[in-house]
Amino acid sequence: MSEITKEQVLHVAHLARLAITDEEAEKMTKELDAIIGYAELLNELDTDNVEPTTHVLDLKNVMREDEARKWIDREDALKNAPDQKNGQFRVPSILD
Amino acid sequence: MNFETIIGLEVHVELKTKSKIFSPSPNAFGAAPNENTNPIDLGYPGVLPVLNKEAVNFAMKAAMALNCEIATHTKFDRKNYFYPDNPKAYQISQFDQPIGENGWIEIEVDGYTKKIGITRIHMEEDAGKLSHTGDGYSLVDYNRQGTPLIEIVSEPDLRTPAEAYAYLEKLRNIIQYTGVSDVKMEEGSLRCDANISLRPIGQEKFGTKAELKNLNSFAFVQKGLEFEEKRQQKVLLAGGEILQETRRYDESTKETILMRIKEGSDDYRYFPEPDLVPLYIDDAWKERIRASIPELPDARKARYVNELGLPAYDAMVLTLSVEMSDFFEATLKAEADPKAASNWLMGEVSAYLNKQQKDLADIALTPEGLAKMITLIEDGTISSKMAKKVFAELVENGGDPEKIVKDKGLVQISDEGQLTEIISSILDQNEQSVIDFKNGKDRALGFLVGQVMKQTKGQANPPMVNKILIAEMNKR
Repeated sequence: MSEITKEQVLHVAHLARLAITDEEAEKMTKELDAIIGYAELLNELDTDNVEPTTHVLDLKNVMREDEARKWIDREDALKNAPDQKNGQFRVPSILD
Repeated sequence: MNFETIIGLEVHVELKTKSKIFSPSPNAFGAAPNENTNPIDLGYPGVLPVLNKEAVNFAMKAAMALNCEIATHTKFDRKNYFYPDNPKAYQISQFDQPIGENGWIEIEVDGYTKKIGITRIHMEEDAGKLSHTGDGYSLVDYNRQGTPLIEIVSEPDLRTPAEAYAYLEKLRNIIQYTGVSDVKMEEGSLRCDANISLRPIGQEKFGTKAELKNLNSFAFVQKGLEFEEKRQQKVLLAGGEILQETRRYDESTKETILMRIKEGSDDYRYFPEPDLVPLYIDDAWKERIRASIPELPDARKARYVNELGLPAYDAMVLTLSVEMSDFFEATLKAEADPKAASNWLMGEVSAYLNKQQKDLADIALTPEGLAKMITLIEDGTISSKMAKKVFAELVENGGDPEKIVKDKGLVQISDEGQLTEIISSILDQNEQSVIDFKNGKDRALGFLVGQVMKQTKGQANPPMVNKILIAEMNKR
């Protein structure tokens, strides 16, 4: 049976850049635990002879030919940018 | 305590398709910032990526040339991270089903050869380019976003920085022959990160590794690794501990500098990309790509030695770049002698290219021109000294060597009767030199050769002049 810890919830929240309060973390720990527990019902099925599913559609090899095409102008590309400079998107500096 | 160095390399190679891997934006280096972007590259809501078939072909071709097994069932996955170089907040990559696995290449270092394993090759999209302006902001150019990439991960089989250098050279060489990438480090179409750790000799378990980034040339990879090798050894000998950290190589100080310490493992939460359906690569597709792979450098090298009788060194130099090797083969096709063609390419042609900082494709010399010039030397029409003048003209302006020879009046006098006549009259005018020669003064011969050359304006065939001079003097 699943056992989601509060630490896991805080870790995942951090990875998703979500600021959550301590109370929210407590609440989500319980809820996520219940959700995962429910999903675990699937483990009752025997899937020994079933290929792993990587996509819900029964399609494969959907591809396009290698043809280059201009679609939008640079002005349009930058139109929704909160900030821009010299034809580039301007963002707060994040050094990794 | 003695240590063993363990090095593994991760190499990213941009594939030179016409369009991006998941969108029809042009895939080209050097455009104005954000000129080659569209809503798919920019990660707008509701857009769908569609896979570029040629990107798969190219990735497969490279993987095959690097001796990988090619996956039959493969797919793409999302690698989740927040960084402004990628507007979607995830990179489409491949996680558990890479297109190629279990490859290898053979490297040659200091006279020994060694097989280096390739763990995997996977396809992914490149990210945008950030420039840090130093005022608390960064500027982002998304032209590179969506450029098809392959990431080539080596086994930790490399034991010295020199082996790492040789591995990169070989990798670049092979991929260049396949034609799927420009593999130019200065344009970023080949990039390398290096992992390095030390362990006491005899110990099986790997030591903690450091990751080196910002390696802008093969030489810097080697120098960065050499510095890191010494640094880690010093820390370990002092009883210290190596931390898992990312370091960058500083070109000015020739040192590696700490960027950040990694706490725990990266957590990218990979999951199958729901916007792309799986790939099924059947045998027919694989064979089609396999058939398109040209003869690779090692095979060419062996052929030059075994079939053309070239020295191993010549074969190595000629196959260093596909342009040189193709030029050489075209020269042979134009019926040049292999060794003569090799000598000219490794000598005068390479010297000219180095001096002018040019590629073979940018000069006027053609394989046919070179072959014809070599033939003119061999049949005695021109001397090797004259050939240098013909070459200078060919390499700058091209043209027909025979015509150049005529226009410049370079035809060599190889007619025995004509030469004997000239030599006789010179001997008549220089009786003292003949006497000196007979008295054992070798200098006299040099003087007489000089006189013949002067009278014929340098056009006399030098070996014949020597021979006839001696014969005529002995008759007197």
